Amino acid sequence: MAQVTLRKIVKKYDEVLAVRGIDLDIVDKEFLVLVGPSGCGKSTTLRMIAGLEEISGGDIAIGGHVVNDVPPKDRDIAMVFQNYALYPHMNVYENMSFGLKLKKTPKDEIDKRVKQAAGILDITELLDRKPKQLSGGQRQRVAMGRAIVRDPKVFLFDEPLSNLDAKLRVQMRTEIKKVHQKVRTTTVYVTHDQIEAMTLADRVVVMNAGLIEQVGTPNDLYHSPATKFVAGFIGSPAMNFIPCQLEQAAGALRVRLSDKLSFPVPSDRTARYASHAGKANLVLGLRPEHIAETRPHTEANQHDFDMMIDVDEPMGMETLIYFTIGRTDICGRVNPNAGAASGKEMKLRADLSNMHLIDDGTGKVL
Amino acid sequence: MADIAARGPTATVGDSRSSLHKLMQRKSTIAFLMALPLILLVLILVAYPAGYAVYLATLNKGMTRFVGFGNFEFLFGRETFWMVVYQSCLFAITAVIFKAIIGFVVAHFVHNIPSKGQRKWRGMLLVPWVIPPAMSTLAWLWLFDPSYSAINWILAHLGIAAVPWTGEADWARFSVILVNVWIGSPFFMIMYLAALKSVPDQLYEAASIDGATWWQRIWYVTLPMMRNIIAITALFSLIVTFANFDIVRVLTAGGPLNSTHIFGTWAFRVGIESGDIPLGASVSLFMVPILAVAATFILRDITKRGSEV
Repeated sequence: MAQVTLRKIVKKYDEVLAVRGIDLDIVDKEFLVLVGPSGCGKSTTLRMIAGLEEISGGDIAIGGHVVNDVPPKDRDIAMVFQNYALYPHMNVYENMSFGLKLKKTPKDEIDKRVKQAAGILDITELLDRKPKQLSGGQRQRVAMGRAIVRDPKVFLFDEPLSNLDAKLRVQMRTEIKKVHQKVRTTTVYVTHDQIEAMTLADRVVVMNAGLIEQVGTPNDLYHSPATKFVAGFIGSPAMNFIPCQLEQAAGALRVRLSDKLSFPVPSDRTARYASHAGKANLVLGLRPEHIAETRPHTEANQHDFDMMIDVDEPMGMETLIYFTIGRTDICGRVNPNAGAASGKEMKLRADLSNMHLIDDGTGKVL
Repeated sequence: MADIAARGPTATVGDSRSSLHKLMQRKSTIAFLMALPLILLVLILVAYPAGYAVYLATLNKGMTRFVGFGNFEFLFGRETFWMVVYQSCLFAITAVIFKAIIGFVVAHFVHNIPSKGQRKWRGMLLVPWVIPPAMSTLAWLWLFDPSYSAINWILAHLGIAAVPWTGEADWARFSVILVNVWIGSPFFMIMYLAALKSVPDQLYEAASIDGATWWQRIWYVTLPMMRNIIAITALFSLIVTFANFDIVRVLTAGGPLNSTHIFGTWAFRVGIESGDIPLGASVSLFMVPILAVAATFILRDITKRGSEV
């Protein structure tokens, strides 16, 4: 059990900067997820914590000790790899006990811990099988078992679910969360899947191009993204970004999306946005669930407008609709019974109380 | 073929042509025809000489009389024969062990060279194996020359007395094994390198996170993962080394006093040089049972490997 601290971590491959100076404090017992598109430096960061990659600059401390020059074997960490990396010539029991055997742990102690971990993961009956005889999900459990048995200071997960099919992935996601609730070890988890990140994490770190975009709880990131990148990365279907102008008229602000369409800015935001009126490069960010069919009751900051629907995608519990403002495709989520149909005019309602105003030049949410 | 020859100018022409056509269309027929050149080659160059050697081994020196196992009985009574048996085993086993160890170590070094420069090194390290052994052995012969060679010259400069590389029984044994190891190690290196490359890096990473030192990674990951290749390469090399001829022939010609003869060279000495062809054939036939055992192991291992995948 330990906290992990990253200070100004840099990773350089020849001339390419993969990680460009990141600071991160991972609290004891926390489940922290690093998420970002491929090539953003998240896996590199994890591998530097593991000691599998040398760091080009900065300090990494595990449990208060700087481990920059400590080899992986002495860092007291355990890692679950994307392709599991089980030893193919050893059976499940041997795979799980390998680390303890190297540490010269007494045999009965090894036995106790392997059986206990196998119990947690429900793989007791697989202990004498070879990895080849296991399914993807079972291999995944064994890989986790190998980590649990070691009782390390930190668990590292490197995209552990990306080799599983969609259904199994959801199942194993819950499994991982359950295991963490039982074992309570500091965990750093890397994924490119934002849903995985949101569902698992105590805190999510969104990375992009070698830098941290934002750190926060899943709800923080979802409701108050700091940058356009985070706003667009978190949430599915992704947030709509609509080029807009901010107009000042008679003491009130309006976001203008097109010649015909404009909405008043919620009054509690006028002070915040006032200085940006008339600026170029502004973008309105609005999540699909904040564009719905019109309803009898109108609350503050909800505004009706008419739109021609280009495409409708019934999902069962809701229907996704797509329409165009200017040249931007917009997605909304309406009730399946609202009568949305391709090529049909529809009365929609935008909920501006959840709007985000973004400066497209800096990428910052204002 | 017989079909065509047997065909007469009768009404059955059409029939036999179509049945020939059918025969030619059968997959097994086509497969047989395509394999035929190789089958003929094996029959002419392997089966016939082997059968002929067995026949020869049963004749007397003048090849005029059938003597049954007479030649073998004679061999069993000869001290030189048992020395050849001992020397062949010593030569093959020692050489293979050193080839395997050196090949394994060098393969590791090459594997750790960044891939840019690796091809260059791989190419250079393969050179001993690529040069015809008779020629490279000739070069070694010059290096081993007692009075004028580079090696003894350097030793002399270091104040070490000249070594009779090929002149004394134990040194001569050492020399033929050394040259064989020099020629054969690259083969092991390239086989082991291929095997090393097939071990996923993540296994090593997992092992180092599990707390393994580099030696433990080799012992618990590399060696078990390479087990099959190691076994097959070693057995294959054992057969080839056991049946070696050129190195010993060129370097020592079996001397001094027959102390470096192995089966191949002694069979040549007895059969061709001393003119007792039946006895030479008998000597060479002794390789068969020993090699057959090794070959059985190889084939068993390959089929086992095949069923594992």
